[in-house]
Amino acid sequence: MYFLKRLLLIVPLLLVISLLAFVLVRVAPGGPFDRERKPASPEIERQLKAHYHLDEPVWKQYLRYLDGLVVHGDFGPSLKYRNHTVNDIIAQGLPVSMCLGMLAFGFAMGVGVPVGYFTAIRRGHWEDYSGSLFAVLMICIPGFVVGPLLVMFFAIKWQLLPVALWASPAHAILPTMALGLYFSGRIARLMREGMLNTLQAEFITTARAKGLSENAVLLKHAFRLAVLPVVSYSGPLLADLLTGSFVIESIFQIPGIGVFFVNSMLNRDHTMIVGLVVLYATLLVLLNLLVDLAYVLLDRRVKYD
Amino acid sequence: MTDPKLDPQSTSPAPHRSPLAPPPSLSPNQRAWRRFRRNRSAVLSAWVLAAVVLLVIAWPIGLKLASFAGPKGAAFSQASQPDKLSDDQFQPPSAKHWFGTDVHGRDLLSRVLYGAQISLLVGIVGAGVSLVIGVLWGAIAGYAGGRVDSVMMRFVDILYSLPSIIFVIVLITTLEGVLKNWLTAIGSPSLGKSARLLFLFIGLGAVSWLTMARIVRGQVLSLRQRPFVEASRALGAGPARILARHIIPNTLGVVIVYITLTVPAIILYESFLSYLGLGVQPPMASWGSLIAEGADQMNPIRIYWWLIAFPGGLLVVTLLALNFLGDGLRDAWDVRGES
Repeated sequence: MYFLKRLLLIVPLLLVISLLAFVLVRVAPGGPFDRERKPASPEIERQLKAHYHLDEPVWKQYLRYLDGLVVHGDFGPSLKYRNHTVNDIIAQGLPVSMCLGMLAFGFAMGVGVPVGYFTAIRRGHWEDYSGSLFAVLMICIPGFVVGPLLVMFFAIKWQLLPVALWASPAHAILPTMALGLYFSGRIARLMREGMLNTLQAEFITTARAKGLSENAVLLKHAFRLAVLPVVSYSGPLLADLLTGSFVIESIFQIPGIGVFFVNSMLNRDHTMIVGLVVLYATLLVLLNLLVDLAYVLLDRRVKYD
Repeated sequence: MTDPKLDPQSTSPAPHRSPLAPPPSLSPNQRAWRRFRRNRSAVLSAWVLAAVVLLVIAWPIGLKLASFAGPKGAAFSQASQPDKLSDDQFQPPSAKHWFGTDVHGRDLLSRVLYGAQISLLVGIVGAGVSLVIGVLWGAIAGYAGGRVDSVMMRFVDILYSLPSIIFVIVLITTLEGVLKNWLTAIGSPSLGKSARLLFLFIGLGAVSWLTMARIVRGQVLSLRQRPFVEASRALGAGPARILARHIIPNTLGVVIVYITLTVPAIILYESFLSYLGLGVQPPMASWGSLIAEGADQMNPIRIYWWLIAFPGGLLVVTLLALNFLGDGLRDAWDVRGES
């Protein structure tokens, strides 16, 4: 029941967000046709604007847009790449970004969760210090430093992996690492903190007093609760990763959707921007809902009313 | 006269305490400060940060002084000006140019240290902006409660679901457009360059206050139920006074901890924007734009490693120190929350 209500609440939220994006891009100075070949005659510009209905009042444009989106699932034509619709561009780029995003997510989880777990259970030992140092280091090195460094060593100096492009599984390794390392640091820190907090709980003492083996206590009882902060972080994290990364996609020349988040804004490609905002918001809201569902499954004490 | 051993409120240590006597009681802040000083990585980080700031301030002064110190010093000062072009392009680090030179033959050490001014300033001022908005927003929402609270927090939720990069670009370009019109109206368009920095401050602060608002609201929700707030209200204090005198000061511990973690996040975001070419404009530099310049020059034939290694290294060291400092403060004040 609670989740049904949440699911229904998504609709007005998305409406507000799309309206906000729609108004924001029109408030920003500059129009989509400013960078046309100059001198564009005023007639041409007027024609273009009329063709894309940009001469109408904003509320009318928004209603027209909403009509297309809700009735036909149509994000409209791109104002920059005239021969493509926004749906085309998303359909081409999103699968690539999603693939890379899932790989990076798996990588970040695969590194972050074990590092966080072991640093917590070996608190104060050298494993803790080196693992924690690794985690902080990762969240301090931006992707545009890691990316070129990885390329410099693995691709140029040792010639082990391809420099860029998106063709074979080998091409995916460097971008996955460059994208995932930062988040592995974040996850490791969350996991460590969750584990340390859980280990102070009374039910852990009880479990130990019952004579359970240390492994059973840690893995069966503590881990399940300690992973909750990571789970709630993975909602926004996945929304970010699945919609691509500008930096990684431009460094490795990957034909994903991430570059459009910046470029469409620079080109004032209004329909593209609103389409991307709606896409991102939908993903984020749905993933957060999934996270809350996962909470109920992992922690029986959580009840929603 | 009360026996200090029996008086738990006594703060003055007894002159001859027996080993069994309880330690002198300390205020929570004093105890936190003690814990902080025992945290070696946090203290070390504080020193590293102080050194970086000192170096960044001292370097331009040093260059200025060197120009008066005989012909040799003047030549050094000349060659080390951050905007001084020369024919020594892409020199690796040497005795003359400690960090090497860039594509225009400019001294990289100077550029990194001048760029540090921008990066640090953006981090501090941006965090300040996010602090003011976030604390006010969260405190008002939490204290008002009810419908005001839910409307204000829904607004935060909505901003959360906008991709922040789009929000920042809209904000910066809009402000810039407004200011450009305004400046040409009053007839001094030359101010535009430095105004760009101002927009960076505002834009970065404006996307970073959301988490702060949530944290402060949570704190205020629990604080406003406390007896001392009740007492103050019973004495006739208005909401503004209660917020300013009683509630906001009590959220300070959490806020300080969170702000130390916001500064590195904003520095990182600024370097990202400058990397995209949306941040500071050349010839001005920040760590991000320097790294971007270095990445542009990378090709399979020649690796100019120093162009990325030095600005990137200093950026990473500063961020590391800030993070360790934030962690240390959090442990010392025992603040729980999002990291």
